Amino acid sequence: MIPAAFDYVRASSLTQAIELLRDNPDGAKLVAGGHTLLPALKLRLAAPELLIDIRSVAEIKGIEIGETHVKIGALTTHSELSASEPLNNVFPIFRETARLLADPQVRNRGTIGGSLANADPAADWPAVVLALGAQLEIVGATGRRTVPAEDFFLDIFTTTLAPDEILASIQIPKPKTGTRYAYRKIRHPASGFAVVGVAIAVRMLDGVVDEASIGITGATNHAFVGKEAAEFLTGKALTRDNIDEAARMLSENTECLSDRYAPAEYRANLVRVELGRALLELSQ
Amino acid sequence: MPATASTREVTIEINGLRRTGTVEARRLLVHFLREDLGLTGTHVGCDTSQCGACTVEIDGVAVKSCTVLAVMADGASITTIEGLTDGSGELSRVQKAFHDHHALQCGFCTPGMVMSVRNLLRENPNPSEREIRHGLAGNICRCTGYHNIVRAVESLASEGSVA
Ligand SMILES: Cc1cc2nc3c(=O)[nH]c(=O)nc-3n(C[C@H](O)[C@H](O)[C@H](O)COP(=O)(O)OP(=O)(O)OC[C@H]3O[C@@H](n4cnc5c(N)ncnc54)[C@H](O)[C@@H]3O)c2cc1C
Ligand code: FES
Ligand code: FES
Repeated sequence: MIPAAFDYVRASSLTQAIELLRDNPDGAKLVAGGHTLLPALKLRLAAPELLIDIRSVAEIKGIEIGETHVKIGALTTHSELSASEPLNNVFPIFRETARLLADPQVRNRGTIGGSLANADPAADWPAVVLALGAQLEIVGATGRRTVPAEDFFLDIFTTTLAPDEILASIQIPKPKTGTRYAYRKIRHPASGFAVVGVAIAVRMLDGVVDEASIGITGATNHAFVGKEAAEFLTGKALTRDNIDEAARMLSENTECLSDRYAPAEYRANLVRVELGRALLELSQ
Repeated sequence: MPATASTREVTIEINGLRRTGTVEARRLLVHFLREDLGLTGTHVGCDTSQCGACTVEIDGVAVKSCTVLAVMADGASITTIEGLTDGSGELSRVQKAFHDHHALQCGFCTPGMVMSVRNLLRENPNPSEREIRHGLAGNICRCTGYHNIVRAVESLASEGSVA
């Protein structure tokens, strides 16, 4: 399969990439790893006039472990997220998730920024950045803004990014000591994407949940935070009954997607089962 | 092909040699390798990023070359299956293990499998059976000969160097 013809520019800075986006309001597309965009171009689901390759933009590369925050450049590949010891010492959920995402070759090329910007309702990283309470740093012609992950995903393949904005980094507040994480997913047997994926962060104090947060992907049009279930758990022990109740609550409050593989009822059940299993994992 | 408005000159180091070519921006790397440079050891199986037959190493990591543009690889260093031997006819270590363990039937998936095995052993020189299967998840063998492929990789585990 051959994409429709397009022009190609390799941008060397964010400023240049943003200018190119502004100068080509209808016909330009950013490309990072290309592992979502190129398959779409080959199927001619998209036919931009200009591809702006941002892989050489040094400003949005790399992982920084700061005093209060961890900053992940949008261009960081799934493999780099998995391999980084400093990152996984703080947030082991990155390795846990990356290993369940696609396959080694795709992980070597695809980026977390591309995944978040694309907002596939079945992508894995959206659940993780939601559970970690991340802030997404966005750069555009008029400057920089920071958006909580919770406000970033708007709909199926739709985010708050304007056409001339670029996702620059993911900034995550460092956790309190003792916070633990889990990511679980039910893989679609053909695509490997999440039919349902659940990311959780839980901190226990004196036998009860001090803080909990839950990110869910796959179930609905876009990834979301399971607020009620997390609030329900706060202050309670992770007993079987409390876990079951939180899982039931999340499942019942979620208007699930339906498709040929997984009708809404089945997805809702997977939400219940997967959150239950993830919490059980952390209760031990 | 002469360079025009929609074409680009690319320079890529391939198997240690500097190669240049003029390509349309939409030219897939795998087509550049196979059709422009005649390096037909890299195969096209699915053309949809699934099967791994087109796997090559770009700057030291395994990538599916049907999902990369030739222009995106401009300036990169690439190793294809042809680059694993020095031309003397000696097989590389991974290739020899495949030969010894009958890890190929029709051979279509083999170049991509070999490139992925190298990627796996670089990251994990002593993989368990489970890790081998997981590490080769991006490669499909239509002859379904996975068992002997796993045995070939097991024979290399903890042997050391990757080449
Ligand atoms: C075989 C296969 C299996 C896969 N399995 C999974 C899976 O199990 N789970 C999963 O989550 N994903 C999966 N993916 C998707 C993969 O993770 C992609 O790499 C990722 O979703 C997109 O990242 P990319 O860098 O390749 O983006 P690209 O394809 O380069 O870009 C995707 C979109 O995002 C835009 N974009 C890219 N970067 C930015 C940025 N910094 N700012 C603004 N816009 C940007 C582009 O314009 C484009 O519209 C799979 C892909 C393949 C090919
Ligand atoms: S031909 Fe590239 S993955 Fe199948
Ligand atoms: S040996 Fe035939 S496809 Fe693998």
